[in-house]
Amino acid sequence: MEHIIKTIFGRLSIESLPIHEPIVVGTFLGVAVGGIAVLALITKFKLWGYLWKEWFTTVDHKRIGIMYMILGIVMLLRGFADALMMRGQQAIAFGDNQGFLNSHHYDQVFTAHGVIMIFFVAMPIITGLMNYVVPLQIGARDVSFPYLNNLSFWMTAGGVVLVMASLFIGEFARTGWLAFPPLSELDFSPDVGVDYYIWALQVAGVGTTLSGINLIATIIKMRAPGMTMMKLPVFCWTSLCANVLIVASFPVLTATLVLLSLDRYVGTNFFTNNLGGNPMMYVNLIWIWGHPEVYILILPLFGVFSEVTSTFSGKRLFGYTSMVYATIVITILSYLVWLHHFFTMGSGASVNSFFGITTMVISIPTGAKIFNWLFTMYKGRIRFELPMMWTIAFMLTFSIGGMTGVLLAVPPADFVLHNSLFLIAHFHNVIIGGVLFGAFAAINYWWPKAFGFKLNQFWGKVSFWLWVVGFWVAFTPLYIMGLMGVTRRLHHFEDPSLQIYFIVALLGALMIAGGIGAFLVQIGVSIWKKEELRDVTGDPWDGRTLEWATSSPPPDYNFAFTPVIHELDAWYDMKDKKAEAPVDGYRPIHMPKNTGTGVIIAALSTAAGFGMIWYMWWLAALGLIGVVVVAIWHTFNYDRDYYIPVEEVVATESERRRLLGQGA
Amino acid sequence: MLGGCDAVVLNPAGDVAVQQRDLVLIATALMLLIIIPVMALTVLFAWRYRKSNTEAEYDPEFDHSTMLELVIWSAPLLIIICLGAVTWTSTHLLDPYRPIERTAPGQPVAAGVKPLEVQVVALDWKWLFIYPEQGIATVNELALPVDRPVEFRLTGTSVMNAFYVPAMAGMIYTMPGMETKLHAVMNREGTFKGLSSHYSGAGFSGMNFPVFALQSSGFDQWVEKVRTSQAGQGKGQGQLTRAAFLTVEKPSEYVPAMYYSGVQGGLFDRVVNRCVADNTPCMSDVMMHDRMTGGGDPHKMNVGEGNPPVNNTGPMHGERTKGALEKSPEEIQTSPHQSKEPLPSNGVQQPGDMKNRRMSFLSIPQTPGPQTFGHAGAGRG
Repeated sequence: MEHIIKTIFGRLSIESLPIHEPIVVGTFLGVAVGGIAVLALITKFKLWGYLWKEWFTTVDHKRIGIMYMILGIVMLLRGFADALMMRGQQAIAFGDNQGFLNSHHYDQVFTAHGVIMIFFVAMPIITGLMNYVVPLQIGARDVSFPYLNNLSFWMTAGGVVLVMASLFIGEFARTGWLAFPPLSELDFSPDVGVDYYIWALQVAGVGTTLSGINLIATIIKMRAPGMTMMKLPVFCWTSLCANVLIVASFPVLTATLVLLSLDRYVGTNFFTNNLGGNPMMYVNLIWIWGHPEVYILILPLFGVFSEVTSTFSGKRLFGYTSMVYATIVITILSYLVWLHHFFTMGSGASVNSFFGITTMVISIPTGAKIFNWLFTMYKGRIRFELPMMWTIAFMLTFSIGGMTGVLLAVPPADFVLHNSLFLIAHFHNVIIGGVLFGAFAAINYWWPKAFGFKLNQFWGKVSFWLWVVGFWVAFTPLYIMGLMGVTRRLHHFEDPSLQIYFIVALLGALMIAGGIGAFLVQIGVSIWKKEELRDVTGDPWDGRTLEWATSSPPPDYNFAFTPVIHELDAWYDMKDKKAEAPVDGYRPIHMPKNTGTGVIIAALSTAAGFGMIWYMWWLAALGLIGVVVVAIWHTFNYDRDYYIPVEEVVATESERRRLLGQGA
Repeated sequence: MLGGCDAVVLNPAGDVAVQQRDLVLIATALMLLIIIPVMALTVLFAWRYRKSNTEAEYDPEFDHSTMLELVIWSAPLLIIICLGAVTWTSTHLLDPYRPIERTAPGQPVAAGVKPLEVQVVALDWKWLFIYPEQGIATVNELALPVDRPVEFRLTGTSVMNAFYVPAMAGMIYTMPGMETKLHAVMNREGTFKGLSSHYSGAGFSGMNFPVFALQSSGFDQWVEKVRTSQAGQGKGQGQLTRAAFLTVEKPSEYVPAMYYSGVQGGLFDRVVNRCVADNTPCMSDVMMHDRMTGGGDPHKMNVGEGNPPVNNTGPMHGERTKGALEKSPEEIQTSPHQSKEPLPSNGVQQPGDMKNRRMSFLSIPQTPGPQTFGHAGAGRG
C-alpha cells in the first residue's frame, strides 16, 4: 500500500500543505477568492475563447510583450509582499520579541523575494519591453521566430507557476536566492524547497534563453533596409548586447543547476563536503552567470534612458558612437568580474586585485553613458513628462549606487562591507534606481504606443515621488547599518539600538507600497478616462524612432510598407524631411499564424518539473515524453502562415489617415 | 550619526580594520570627485534647459564634441587609475593571509614575535575557538590580548559561514574541508561583537559571540579561568576530546559561552580533514594515497576505492548520500510543511541539550557532520 502511495504521490502528503500557517492560509484564501472571481468573470463574459485565440496562442510580438509586462507586474506584487514581511519582521524582532515569522518561514521569504524579483519581475519586464519595442524600432513586422516567442513566454510563466505553487504546496528554499551548497545539498535541505528553486529556474531559463536567441536573430536579420548597425536605435543596441549576454550566460546557470540536481537526484558529489565535492566551484559557476545577469537587467534600461532623454530634450542623443561602444565594452567586461562577489572566500591578493580592478574599469563606460545623457540634456528643451522625471531620478540615484558599487570593488573595503546591509543597500540602489526606475520610465513612455492613450499624470507623479522618496527612506538606514557591522538575512536582533533604523526602513518600504498602489491606480484611472488621454497621432511625445511612425496601437502588421532608413533618428528624419507615407500600392501582408503549441509544451514542462520536485517519477516522465512528442508533432504542422488581404490593409490605413486628419 | 561610536566599521579597534576604514574613506573621496559634479550638473542642466526657459540656448543638432568625449572618457579613467593603484597595493598589504607587520602605525612587529594562534571552527550554529598554545577552547566567547598579532586558522563542519569581528578586521569565509586564514590585531581594550556574516541556515541569527580585547595580564587571567574551569560548573565543560567535539557540533542555537579546560591534540587538523569520528579516513591521507597509487581503481565510483585502508581507519570509500532517483518508493520520505513556533529558549551550555534547539522545524534534522564517513545526514529526505 505504502509502495503504491509513494509511487503515485512521491513525497507529497496531506502534511505538505501549510494548513497550520495562518499567514500562508490567509494568503491562499485571498488568492483563491480573487482567482475564482477572475475566472468567474471571464466565464460570465465568455472571454475564454477570446483570451485563448487572441492572447494565449498569439505569436504577435506586441501581445507577447504585453503579457510579459503583466506577468512581471503581478509578480512584483508577490515579491514586494515578501519585502514588506521582511521589513516588518526586522522592525519588531528585537530581544524577547521573536517577530511574526520564525526563522524557518523568514528564510523562505527572503529567498523567494530575491528569486522572484530577479527572475520573475525584472526579467519578464525587460523581456516584455524588448519584445514590444525592438521589432517596431527596426521596422519589422514581428520577431524572427514568432512561435518560439510564444513558447518562451509560456516557459517563463511555467516557472512562475512552480514558484507560486511552492507557497501553497510544500515549501520554498531556505538557502538565499543563489542556493549555495552545501546548504542546498540533500544533507542540509532534504525537503522540496531547493527542488522548487531548481525546476522553476530551469523551466523559466529555457524560455529566457530561447527569447535571447530570438531577439538576437531579429536585430541582426530583420532591420529595415538602410538601417545599418550604426543607425540602430540605442535601445536596440542595448537589447542586442543584453541578449548576447543572455545566450552566453544562461546556459552556465542551466549547467550549474544541472550539477546541483545531479547531486540531489542521483547522488553525485560535485558540490558536497565529502567524497571530493567542492562547494566553492558552485559559487564560482553561479556568479559567472550571476554577474552578467545584472547587466542583462540594466542594459536594456540604459537604452530606455537614452531614448527618453533624447526625445524629451528634443535633441539628438549626445555621443551615439561612444554610447554603442560603451555598451559593448560593458558586455565584454561583465564576464571578467564575477569573483568580486566573493573576495572574502580566501583567494590570493593578486586574484582579488585583478577582479577588483576589472570591476572598477566597468565604471568607466558606465560613467561615459551618464555623461552622454547629461550632454544630451545640455542645450536641449527638456519637457518634464513622467518618463523624463524617472530618468532624472535614475541619474541621481544610480550615481550613488554606482559609487557604492565601486567602493565594494576594492577588496579590503569589501572585507568589512561584504554581506552587510551596506551591500543590500548598494544593489537595491542600482536595481531599483536603475532597473525599476527605467521600467517605469519605459511604461510611461511606450504605454500610449501600446494602447493609444497616455497614462494619467497626476497618479504617475504620486507614484514617482512615493517611489523615489520611499527608496531613500528605506535604504539609507541600511547603508548606515552596514557601516555599523550589521549583516544581512538576520531574522532576530539582540541590540535594541538598531530598532529605530529598521522602523525607518519599514516606513520607506510602506512609502514604496504606496508608490506601487499609486501606479496601479494610475493605470486604472487612465483606462477609465482613456478618451481624455487619447492620442490619435501615434506620436504623442514628438518621438524620434520608428515605433512612433505607425499608429497607436500599431496594426498587427506594424508597418503597411517597410520603411527605408536614411538617418539614425529615422522618424525624426522623416518628419524633418516631411516625408509622406504612400497612400496606395498596398499588397497583401504575409503573417505568422497563432498556435497553441507553446502553451501545451510549457504546461507539460511545468508538470514534469512538478513531478521531479515531488519525486512523482511517472509524472516527470510523462511530462518529458509529452514535451518531445508535442514538439515533433508541431513540426508537421504546415499551416503556419496567412496573408492579411489588401482590402483589410487599405481599410486600416485609411482609417488611420482619417483619424490623423481629424487630429490635425 | 555616521561618525558616532555605533558605526563600528568607521571607528574600529584594530589596526587592520583601521586601515580598511581609511581605504573606504579614500575610495569614497576619490569617487566623489566625479560623482558630485555629475549630480550637480544633472540638476543644473535639468533646470537650465527646462522647456519653459526660452532664454537657454537650444541646439537640437548638437550631438558630438570630440573634446567633451575625451573628457567624459578620460576623467573616470584617471580616477580609476588612481583607485586601481590604491586597490592593488592595499589588497596585497591587507591580504588576510599576510602576517601582521605592524600592530599600529609606526609600531612594527619585532622579529621573533610569534602571533597568537586561534583555531576557529564554525559549527551549526555557534563558534568554537581553540587556543593551541594555551591548550584551551571556548564556544561563543573569544578573548584576545591587545597589541599582539593574532593568526586565525578557520574551518567549518557543515555549511559555509563567515567569521567577522567588525572592530578587528574584515571577514573571511569558513568552509568545511577547507582552511582559511586571517591575520589581525586588537589595539584597544573593550568588549566587541563577533558574528557570522554568511547565512548558514535556521540558527544563523544566533551565531554571535562577544570578543574581549584584554591587556596581556587580563588575557592570562582569562586563560587561567578557562583552564581551571570544571565540567558542570558555570561555563565549564571539561576536556574537548574528539568525542566531546562530536557532541558539541550537533546543531544548537543561541548557545551561551562554554569553556573547555583542555583540548585533545590535533583536533583542528582532524576537523579540517573531516576525520574527527573514529574509523573515518582523513582527507589528507586519502589524497596522499590517491597520489601514491595513481588514483586507485579508475573504474570505481568512490574516491580512493581500491586503495588499501590507511592504518585502522576502515575502508577508504564510505557511504554516499543516495540521490532521490536511487531510492525505492519506500525510502522516499514525505516532505511536510515544517514551520512551527520556536521554543522559548535561549539555549543552555549543555551540548546536545534539547533546549538548544530552538530551530523552527517540526522534525529536528539529524546531525550533519562526520559521524560516519560520508554524509552523516544520509538517509534523510
